[in-house]
Amino acid sequence: MTKKISTSTIISAALVVFLFALVFVLEKVMNPYSMLFVVLKKGAIYALVAVSMNLLNGFTGLFSLGQAGFMLIGAYTYAIFTIPADQRLSVYQYFDGGIIDFSIPVIPALILAGLAAAFFAFLIGLPVLRLKSDYLAIATLGFAEIIRAFFQWDALGPVTNGSNLLKKFPTFDSTIFPFAVAGICIALIVMLINSSYGRAFKAIRDDEIAAEAMGINLFKHKEMAFVISSFFAGVGGALLAMYQTTVQAMAFKSAMTYEILLIVVIGGIGSVTGSVIASFLFIACSEWWLRFLDTETFIGAWQVPLLRSGFRKVVFAVIIMAVVLFYRQGIMGNREFSVDRLLKKRQKFIEKQAAKKASKEGR
Amino acid sequence: MAKNVLKLDHITMQFGGVVAVNDLSMEVNEHEIVALIGPNGAGKTTAFNCVTGVYEPTNGMISFYGEPMVCNHPQGKMKKLYKGQYYDEFNKVISPTPDQITKLGIARTFQNIRLFKSLTVFENVLIAKHMRAKQNVFSATLRLNAKEEQRMREEAMALLEEQNLAHLKDEIAGSLPYGLQRRLEIARALATDPKLLLLDEPAAGMNPQETKELTDFIVQVRDKYGIAILMIEHHMDLVMAIAERIYVLDFGKLIASGTASEVQDNPDVINAYLGVDEDE
Repeated sequence: MTKKISTSTIISAALVVFLFALVFVLEKVMNPYSMLFVVLKKGAIYALVAVSMNLLNGFTGLFSLGQAGFMLIGAYTYAIFTIPADQRLSVYQYFDGGIIDFSIPVIPALILAGLAAAFFAFLIGLPVLRLKSDYLAIATLGFAEIIRAFFQWDALGPVTNGSNLLKKFPTFDSTIFPFAVAGICIALIVMLINSSYGRAFKAIRDDEIAAEAMGINLFKHKEMAFVISSFFAGVGGALLAMYQTTVQAMAFKSAMTYEILLIVVIGGIGSVTGSVIASFLFIACSEWWLRFLDTETFIGAWQVPLLRSGFRKVVFAVIIMAVVLFYRQGIMGNREFSVDRLLKKRQKFIEKQAAKKASKEGR
Repeated sequence: MAKNVLKLDHITMQFGGVVAVNDLSMEVNEHEIVALIGPNGAGKTTAFNCVTGVYEPTNGMISFYGEPMVCNHPQGKMKKLYKGQYYDEFNKVISPTPDQITKLGIARTFQNIRLFKSLTVFENVLIAKHMRAKQNVFSATLRLNAKEEQRMREEAMALLEEQNLAHLKDEIAGSLPYGLQRRLEIARALATDPKLLLLDEPAAGMNPQETKELTDFIVQVRDKYGIAILMIEHHMDLVMAIAERIYVLDFGKLIASGTASEVQDNPDVINAYLGVDEDE
């Protein structure tokens, strides 16, 4: 195995290290309140959730719309178990400090958040994964809505704080933290996709009947993909809670699922790197570059027409339609951005040049 | 007498009031090539689907190496609708899923080729190795058992080399020409280490030259891997050339069985099938 480490792996690893170093340096040099860091933080979190959704929609062929629900479970699990014991009375002010009076460190809480989401996914998967395509989408969407209503239920107040905010749990300042967690999680997903199980998932996506005839237990593998995807969605939800510093079930509407679906579609269904690139682009557009569409602008005395609160969403809708109509493959299609491919392309290019030269000289 | 690989016992498959397969009994012995023929709509593919677990037969039993593999009798609503015979003989219910049957050692190909079209040729074969891999999702993801993965890859590669498909290993399966897709589908089925191979119209859509190559190929596969082969086929020259025994279905019922010459001379068969065929 030691011999197999190729140049492309080395370059890829170097790129990752460089990326982290760049983020680290930028944070030291630039104003920490710059929009860039908002985009990087939220983008990394959305990238993780988008990749987890892509594992289901793009690699296993299960059209699920439950991502916001699993993020919610992750966010709440994280928040509930990490609020410091001495802060609980002020957070759960309507519920006498809640019923949990301990807190656990951040990293175990992140894992627990994933496990909680995975557990719910396991239970929901038992009946729901027998459905196909649109029906599965409807069932998972319905589940996400139910979860959201359930977590706002007053009777659960001592645990979930009802419809009130959860706050004062540990958060992160550095952009490195979401980058590292999302990076590790995405790496794990990629390793899964490239393993024997990932191939089985792709087989199911391509042809269920043939996959079954190849000895792949359909239900077991679908359930597995569903649970794993939800685990990472849960971790993503917990990261989102840390980023927002507060959690409220209200925020995890189906609109959030659609945002993530949009990222997956724009990035290319079945491409991990596509999802990552698209999520940073999407967050940059929605939080930063297209913000001006939402503010009333005057040029001299003349008010620029259409620009007002909410217009950004109209533009987004148009972009979505354009992508779906004319650019269905998304940014990456189902290919991946990889150093290996670039190297091969370069090799081919050099060979082509050499061939051209040779033919010219031959003349 | 060679050992019995597959045995169908009074298999009846009824969809509502329609009897697709009616009281079919047949067997396939070790190292034997058996053909199942019959006019369109005779119930051949339905019989296949009963064997591979896609359908659950309404009544009857299927054994694999003497062990009951599938067994059922009319239940619930079917009790009233059932038009066949032998109600109470098969009182056990065994209904495995297709993947369990593949694990037992029965592999199949499909009438309309079903490859994993977006994956490479190599991956298509490699997927067949997944079910017997000694690993779980954690060890596979974290590469804890690299030897197992290595072994799977080597076995898949060896199979591709045996089937002369090695040079196409990185091609996308969906982009292969039709004849090669057929070959790949058979290679993929062989990769599951079957004891019995079911071929559903392997020569469909092939020209006479390709059919002839396929004929030799099927015999080669049988000899090389020492497996039994059951096939559905319409090309009579292929069937007559290599099938050691032939079963003829018509409207779900078995109308004749025996060697090629016995079947050819059977008046029922000529009426139902060969008579029509001569007009073509």
